[in-house]
Amino acid sequence: MSKKSNKDVWIYGEVTDGELDVKTLELLTMGKKLAIDLDEELAIVLMGDNLDPVAQDLAGFGPDKIYKVESPLLNRFNGEIWVDVLEKLFKELKPRVFLASQSFVGIEVAPRLAFRLDCEIITDCIDLKIDPDDGSLIKTKAIYGGNVVATFKQKGATQMATVREKANKLAERGAELGKIIDIKPDIDESIVKIQSLEVVREDVVALNKADVIISGGRGIGGIEGFEELATLVPLFKESFANVIIGASRPAIDSGWISSNRQIGLTGEMVAPDFYIAVGISGAIQHIAGMSKSKTVVAINKDEDSNIFNLADYGVVGDYREILPAFKKKWGGV
Amino acid sequence: MNPIKIIVCAKQVPDPEAPANLVEIDSDTKMVKIKGLPPGINSYDQNAIEAALKIKEKTGAKVTVVSVGSKLSQSILRKALAVGVDDLVLVDDSDFKDLDSRSTADVLSKAIEKIGEYDLVFTGRQASDWDSGQTGLILGEMLGIPIVNLVGGVTIEDRSVSVKRMIPGGYERVKGDMPVLLTISNEVGEMRVPSLRTVLESRKRPIEVWQSDDLKIDTQELNPFEILALTSPPNMERECSFIEGDSPEERGENLAMTLKKAFLKNN
Ligand SMILES: Cc1cc2nc3c(=O)[nH]c(=O)nc-3n(C[C@H](O)[C@H](O)[C@H](O)COP(=O)(O)OP(=O)(O)OC[C@H]3O[C@@H](n4cnc5c(N)ncnc54)[C@H](O)[C@@H]3O)c2cc1C
Ligand SMILES: Nc1ncnc2c1ncn2[C@@H]1O[C@H](COP(=O)(O)O)[C@@H](O)[C@H]1O
Repeated sequence: MSKKSNKDVWIYGEVTDGELDVKTLELLTMGKKLAIDLDEELAIVLMGDNLDPVAQDLAGFGPDKIYKVESPLLNRFNGEIWVDVLEKLFKELKPRVFLASQSFVGIEVAPRLAFRLDCEIITDCIDLKIDPDDGSLIKTKAIYGGNVVATFKQKGATQMATVREKANKLAERGAELGKIIDIKPDIDESIVKIQSLEVVREDVVALNKADVIISGGRGIGGIEGFEELATLVPLFKESFANVIIGASRPAIDSGWISSNRQIGLTGEMVAPDFYIAVGISGAIQHIAGMSKSKTVVAINKDEDSNIFNLADYGVVGDYREILPAFKKKWGGV
Repeated sequence: MNPIKIIVCAKQVPDPEAPANLVEIDSDTKMVKIKGLPPGINSYDQNAIEAALKIKEKTGAKVTVVSVGSKLSQSILRKALAVGVDDLVLVDDSDFKDLDSRSTADVLSKAIEKIGEYDLVFTGRQASDWDSGQTGLILGEMLGIPIVNLVGGVTIEDRSVSVKRMIPGGYERVKGDMPVLLTISNEVGEMRVPSLRTVLESRKRPIEVWQSDDLKIDTQELNPFEILALTSPPNMERECSFIEGDSPEERGENLAMTLKKAFLKNN
C-alpha cells in the first residue's frame, strides 16, 4: 500500500429528525472491523444542523473521529446539497473506504457520490472484507432478489458500499471517546434545482423496533382484511410491547395500507420475535426482509405456498375462517 | 407548444418471482440462468412507462423507450409499444452483456444523445437482476440534470414538474424545471394491460435497433461487473410444524394454544 494512497474508513452517520438512526450503530460494527483489518482510523461523517447531542453520544461508540458537518442549510435531506458537500470533503480528506446504510439517504447519495469521485460502488452489501493484497474491499451482496449471492471487487481510490440493515450487530460503547471535528461546509444554494413544497407525514411506524409483526399480503383481499389483522394487535400486546402491522408490496400497490408498512428488499428489513405472515406467498424479495425473524408463523390457503418453507408454524386455510376462531380461543385459554 | 419528450429506460430481466429451484448458478462462468420462464420488462420500468403514459394522456407527450442489452427479445420489449409508447429503441450488442451500472449508464447516455431532445428521463428505482439501484442516479449525473429519487407520482404544470417523492414515514412534494431525471417507484401504479388489437398492431411497428458502432462506443471502455464468486444463499428454510385440525376453525383454535405456549417459552 503506497503512502500516498487514500486512508481511513469512513461511515455515514444517519441522523433522522435530530436523532441517531440505529442503522448507524450496525454500520459502526462493520466499519470498526474494516478499520482494524487495515490498521487505519474509523471516522463517522455526520451531516445536519445542531448535531452536538448526536455527536457526543456517538463519540462513545469507539470511532476515532467524528466529522461534524453542520449548517442550517443541512436541516433536511437534499440530495443535491448532500452530494456536493460530501464530494468536497472526500476530495480534501481522501478516505480509503466509505460505507453508508442502504437507507433513504444512503441509496441516493452513495451512487451519485461514487460517480463524481470516479469510483465504483456495490449497493445493499451483506458482507465486506479487506483484500489483504491491495487493501481494496471485497463486497458481497444478494442478487436476483436473494436467490444468488455475489462477491465483487471494484476499482476506485475510495472503495464504496452501502450496507443492508440487520446484517451487522449493534456497536457497543467503548472506553475511549472519539474526537469531534467541526466542519462548516461552504454551500452554494444555487445548485438546488429541485424545490421542496411540502412534507407529508402519513404513517410513521418503527417496523424495525417491533417485537411482533403481523403482516398481510395480496391474499388479505382488501382494507377489511387489514382491519381484521388490526384486531389481533391488542391480543399480542398482552405479551409484547411493540406490535405492528406490516405488509407485502402488492397490499401496498392495491392501496390497502400505506407504503411505510412494506417489508422486504425495497421495504424494511425486520427481525422481530414473532413474524406472522397472512396471505403472503413468500416471494424471495419479501423473504429478504423477514427471514431473520426469530419465530415465523404463516397462514395461507395454499398448502404448497413457499412461505411454509420459511415458517416455524404453518396453518393451511382461509384466514377469514382461521383468525376469528383464533381470537376466541386466545381469550379463553 | 412542442410536446414534452419523455425517455424511459427499460431493462429486460428474468422473471423476478421465479422459484429458487429454477435459478441456476454456474459458478465457473459466473452466470445466472432462470430455467423455463420467459423474461419481462423490469417491474419498476413498467411503472415508469405507466407514469410516462399518464403524462402523455394529459399533455400529448411523446414517449420513447430505450433498452440496452445483449440479445434483447423484441417480442417482450414491443409490449411497450402495445401499451401506448411511441418509439422503441433497442441498443443491442453482444458486448453489452452484464455491464456494470456505470457502463450501462454510459451506453444509455449515448443512446439518449442520439435520440436527441428530451424533457424528462425516467428509470426504474432498481432492476430485479442485480438489485443495484444505481443506473438512474449515475445517468442523471452523466447527463448533468437534476435527479429525484424514489418517485411515487408525477404531474406536469406548464413546463415544470411536480413530483411526489417517497420518504420515510410519508412523502414530499417537490417541484423542478425540465429537464430532470426521475427514478420511478411502484407507487405510481402498475403498467396498463394492452388490448389484443394493440398487441397485434405493435408487432408491425418499426423500431430502432442500434449497436455500439451506431453510438460510437468504444466497447473496450465498458466494464462488466467484476465478480469473484457466485454462490447460493445460505439455506433459510425452517422446519414447519403444521397446525392440525379438521376444519380451519379448529386449526385457528389450535394455533392460539400453540402460540401461547411458544410465547411463554420465549419470554
Ligand atoms: C425488485 C423487486 C423488489 C421487490 N421488493 C419487494 C418488497 O420489498 N416486499 C415485498 O413484499 N415484495 C417485493 N417485491 C414483490 C415480490 O416479488 C412479490 O410480488 C410479492 O412479495 C408477493 O406478495 P404476496 O405474497 O402478498 O402476493 P402473492 O404472491 O400473490 O401471494 C398471495 C398469497 O395469499 C394466499 N391467499 C389468498 N387468499 C387467501 C386467504 N383468503 N387466506 C389465506 N391465504 C390466502 C395465496 O395462496 C398466496 O400464497 C419486489 C419485486 C421486485 C421485482
Ligand atoms: N440495460 C438497461 N437498459 C435500459 N435501462 C436500464 C438498463 N439497466 C438499468 N436500466 C435502468 O436503470 C434502472 C436501475 O437499474 P439498476 O441500477 O441496474 O438497478 C432500471 O430500473 C432501468 O430503468
